[in-house]
Amino acid sequence: MAFDINPWNYLQHMLQYQFMQHAFEAGTVVAIIAGIVGYFVVLRRSSFAAHALSHIGFSGAAGAVLFGISPVFGLLLFTSVGGLGIAALGRRAAQRDVQIGTVLAFMLGIGVLFISLYKGYATEAYSILFGEILGISFSDVLLTIVAGSIILALVAVVYRPLLFASLDEDVAEAKGMPTLLLGMIFMLLVAIATSIAVQVVGVLLIFSLMVTPAATAQQLAKRPRQVIIISVAIALISTWLGLFLAFYEPYPVSFFITSIVFIFYLFVRFIYRRIRPSFLVCSSGNNSD
Amino acid sequence: MSGQLEIITSKNLVAGYPGNIVWRDASFSIDRGEFVAVIGPNGAGKTTLFRLLLGLQQPVSGTIKIFNASPKRGNPQIGYVPQRHIFDGETNVESLELVRLGFSGKQWGLASFNSAKRWRHDGLFSQKDRKAAFDALEAVGATDLAHRSLAVLSGGELQRIFLAEALVSNPTVLLLDEPLSNLDMRREKELLQLVSGVVRSRNVTALLIAHNINPLLPFLDKVVYIANGKVATGTPQDVLTSECLSALFGVQVEVLRDSRGNVAVVGIEDVHRCQ
Repeated sequence: MAFDINPWNYLQHMLQYQFMQHAFEAGTVVAIIAGIVGYFVVLRRSSFAAHALSHIGFSGAAGAVLFGISPVFGLLLFTSVGGLGIAALGRRAAQRDVQIGTVLAFMLGIGVLFISLYKGYATEAYSILFGEILGISFSDVLLTIVAGSIILALVAVVYRPLLFASLDEDVAEAKGMPTLLLGMIFMLLVAIATSIAVQVVGVLLIFSLMVTPAATAQQLAKRPRQVIIISVAIALISTWLGLFLAFYEPYPVSFFITSIVFIFYLFVRFIYRRIRPSFLVCSSGNNSD
Repeated sequence: MSGQLEIITSKNLVAGYPGNIVWRDASFSIDRGEFVAVIGPNGAGKTTLFRLLLGLQQPVSGTIKIFNASPKRGNPQIGYVPQRHIFDGETNVESLELVRLGFSGKQWGLASFNSAKRWRHDGLFSQKDRKAAFDALEAVGATDLAHRSLAVLSGGELQRIFLAEALVSNPTVLLLDEPLSNLDMRREKELLQLVSGVVRSRNVTALLIAHNINPLLPFLDKVVYIANGKVATGTPQDVLTSECLSALFGVQVEVLRDSRGNVAVVGIEDVHRCQ
């Protein structure tokens, strides 16, 4: 395409292609979900558990490829079982780094075995590790939308109890809240979100969508709902911009997405905190919710 | 104050786990509107008493009753402030949110899914808890902290927020687990005056776990002294005597008083906790 001053034309040109439409649809759902679930991951200090889940998912995806089914089913199965297992360990288990890390390494080893047994192309492994959003099929888009809707519905139901149990587990427990069950629902949310997010950024880069946007947003606002909205916005902008750039430049989408998320993080962490522009301060003052 | 409505009663209560008894033979009663200190050495089983009252732990034997029934987890008449836990610098959540959750944290769903009228009235997110939270913050004199982040509050400010979180559901019993730790003497006194004010004005029963009884003495109605696997209960005048504490610790101890009424217990330095 020849140089054009109007970015709208670039957008139109790009969206003529069906694979780009699919990428935008799936990417949008993933960014929204990751931005929401990511807030609870950050609030519960479970980023390592979330990271580990995606690695456990790697062996599931590799196994699915070996048996000739879509990797996302393997991901869903392994991350769900793994997540429920971590949650069943009980209170504060999500912070048991050594146990989780031990299981993580073992599961990755199994994934390596599956990959070596698979006689097809090595690109399958590569796309699980680093994402393959540009090659996503229509049925994968549908699955992503279904999984995303399930997560949204679940979050809508558990929102306040989960927030309470994440912020103040002792009091929530004394008030009769099922904290163990909430921990399991949380890990299940992370498992499903991870499984669909892997399509975009891959298991190795999941942090960039599941943790960094929420961690960045938390520096900008103090009210959970505002943080979630900002977190979703960062994930969305990064994903959209990443897809756009990757279409016109010969570099991987996940590289662009992780870089843009990182730039957000750096900006907020090191520049925003010093200058704190008044028009961006949305968390102070007495405005009613 | 005694002789009024009994809120908490226990008879021959044995706490702990079979094979690991923490304390035994506790019989006492606590009335409505009493300010009670729960005192004793580390590991004596003070928090165990709270866990029993919250229904988080069952008695080994004997009975404990609160509001004339066995303790059940999730009793809305109990406000609980656990021993804790300063929020670290990364938990950037405003205080108001925590107090609101004390009111509405048990509600599942965004709003009532089956009531269109309530939906129209409250929108997607109910605001009822916001009003209740501000009332509770006002009761502890912390409305100015509402929009501050939990991560930047001092120990004394946090304790006031926790107290608001416990008060927001209008409980009749407050269980406060070591709220005075990490507070200097001035903040200690301020918090005790605040709790005492709540006890008197709302006719609430407060049980407060502490290490040092002296700052509490001007406010107390009753003392629950837990030590040496036993429990002594009564008014400060009755419990803080050489006879009573000698019987409790099982060795001869002396209770000394200064001119201001402060007490010092002498002779327990060598007593080891036995279970």
